Amino acid sequence: MFKGNFVQNLPKIYGTYTGGFIVFIILMAIAEQAGMTAKTIGILFVAFTVCIYAFIGYLSRTVQVDAYYVAGRQVPTVFNGMATAADWMSGASFVAMAGGIYFGGYTYMAFLVGWTGGYVLVSSLLAPYLRKFGCYTVPDFIGTRYGGNLARFCAVVVLSLASFTYVTAQINATGTIASRALGIPFEAGVWVGLISILLCSMLGGMRAVTWTQVAQYIVLIIAYLIPIFWIGSKMGNPFPHLMLGDEVARLGDLEAQFGLVKNSAADIKSAGVPGGLKSIAVAHSAVPDGGMAAWKFISLALCMMVGTASLPHILMRYFTTPSVKAARKSVAWSLFFIAILYTSAPMLATLSKLSLMDPTLATGIIGKPIADVMSIEWVNQWVNVKQAFIADFNGDGILQLNEWFMRGDVVVLSTPEVAGLPYVISGLVAAGGMAAAMSTADGLILAIANALSHDVYYKIIDPKADVRKRLLVARALLIVIGAAGAYIASMRITSILGAVAWAFDFAMSGLFFPLILGVWWKRATREGAIAGMIAGLATGTAWLVYVYPKFMDQKWLVDATGIDHLRFGIPGAIVCLVVMVVVSLMTKEPDSATQKMVDEVRIPSGKTILGKQH
Amino acid sequence: MSNKEKHWEKTRGLMVLTLVIWFVFGYLIFMFGSSLNEGSFLGYPLAYYMCAQGSIIAFVVLIFWFANKQEKIDEEFGFQERGEDD
Repeated sequence: MFKGNFVQNLPKIYGTYTGGFIVFIILMAIAEQAGMTAKTIGILFVAFTVCIYAFIGYLSRTVQVDAYYVAGRQVPTVFNGMATAADWMSGASFVAMAGGIYFGGYTYMAFLVGWTGGYVLVSSLLAPYLRKFGCYTVPDFIGTRYGGNLARFCAVVVLSLASFTYVTAQINATGTIASRALGIPFEAGVWVGLISILLCSMLGGMRAVTWTQVAQYIVLIIAYLIPIFWIGSKMGNPFPHLMLGDEVARLGDLEAQFGLVKNSAADIKSAGVPGGLKSIAVAHSAVPDGGMAAWKFISLALCMMVGTASLPHILMRYFTTPSVKAARKSVAWSLFFIAILYTSAPMLATLSKLSLMDPTLATGIIGKPIADVMSIEWVNQWVNVKQAFIADFNGDGILQLNEWFMRGDVVVLSTPEVAGLPYVISGLVAAGGMAAAMSTADGLILAIANALSHDVYYKIIDPKADVRKRLLVARALLIVIGAAGAYIASMRITSILGAVAWAFDFAMSGLFFPLILGVWWKRATREGAIAGMIAGLATGTAWLVYVYPKFMDQKWLVDATGIDHLRFGIPGAIVCLVVMVVVSLMTKEPDSATQKMVDEVRIPSGKTILGKQH
Repeated sequence: MSNKEKHWEKTRGLMVLTLVIWFVFGYLIFMFGSSLNEGSFLGYPLAYYMCAQGSIIAFVVLIFWFANKQEKIDEEFGFQERGEDD
């Protein structure tokens, strides 16, 4: 059936896989009609997809260093784009983004701009040069460009801090989805999630992660788009992206009609609203007035963009392409595949918001008697598990906009039921959420484990270790880091660990300028880079501790600057830049060998700086 | 000026131009969000449209355009890669 080598056959292989997945969906739909229970369908969806990923992980096993660390540098541009998109789009993007837009409207959409614009920085400033360098990990670049173990070690510290902040949230998400779909307790779900994640990456490292991520992208994008187009068609908009202008305007009218009321903390407390649930209090499409609001939008976008260009699990995806040229193109394809989901999220938020808010629609609940709303099956279901809540503040028995509380995740997870789609779609959405969370967790755990095994163990502790020993250490670390993440997730303290945005701010504070100045400024020295990384990370962390409500909660600084705990990367990165430039200029300029190396990095032709196997 | 220096100068110029366009779609337009929203596109308020789709599409196009331009610069100075396996 397949002639030629593996890479030439990729389109056929993944085409067959996509076809197979669609056949599976159809079979499930038929089984549902034949009377299979919703629970069984949910279990089959998650189990079937996870088994396929594990199978791909097994087929991709390897004993070669360059296959383990950089997938043998033979991943074609388009496929690397899909893998990066899956690597990038986390459980949060899949499950929470539409919910964020649902509650936050225009203000929240700064995340959309921020989480896409960063790729412009990746392609123009970093990816092609890091590919030419030929490194296995991001600290590998820092360590070789600046020289010395201390610079390498500092980069490992920033990488681990940023990636670990991110990974617990992902394992948490796999646990939530696994526990819901399989009907097991959350704590058990977390460990099931971890085992699924490790099955994908253990045997084949980057090579296995790459090919499972492509498979996971296909599942998650199908699972995200089918409900949107289906609901859109039901509401008379078969192409929601182009056709929802009137609906957005209608939401504005409804907001004016019901009034956007921000409930006081005391009211929420006395009504007993469960934690994490919100009501709509912000306009969907209107832009808030004032310079501070604009600054908040822009500063959030800035942190997310610069953070994107500093997150190692993304940068290392571009080490796997066959050439420098391919690395650049691959960034473009990555953003293309990401944009398919990101431009759909606001449409999903609009559709589900309208279907709940518009009293003229059968699905509308706002403005209707509370007794009637409570008897709707899906409302009842979500209220029972404390994911939704009704508080009749004014006691009139009618559900007002500010009296309906919901968790953000519910927007994506409940849409199929709210719109009355068959259960097979809910099963599909669960499989998609699982794919999104697993693929990101895999990339992150691998980034940390590779940095520790390659940069700390092999480069610093035991440079004489043979290949077998190196890969053994790499795999052992994978398990240890995964288990640590799962343990923390199972303690349910992720709300204390804070937001996914922190990972971007940490990475931005410590890594962004050492990375780009390493390519773009020959004068940057080892001492400058080390001082910059330490000072940047320290400043960012100090700012976070000083302003975060659960730590020192110093509101005056946030009121004065607009830089809250989601944006602490801005002071961090500025300090990093200033310290790095000043210290570099004060110390002796890099030797001619280093300068020549930088010259070599800047042109695509010729051999990589580091050998094929190192 | 050597060939390498000329190549780098052009590369840097392209990088600056790319980042200027990036700045316009990522930041500049959102500094004027409220006035932008008075206009509309496909029936969407314009600022809302730009963050829901417009800027994202602009970034995708920008990166493809940048990659092609940079390939041309590399070829012009003879620094393009030969074969897929070096």
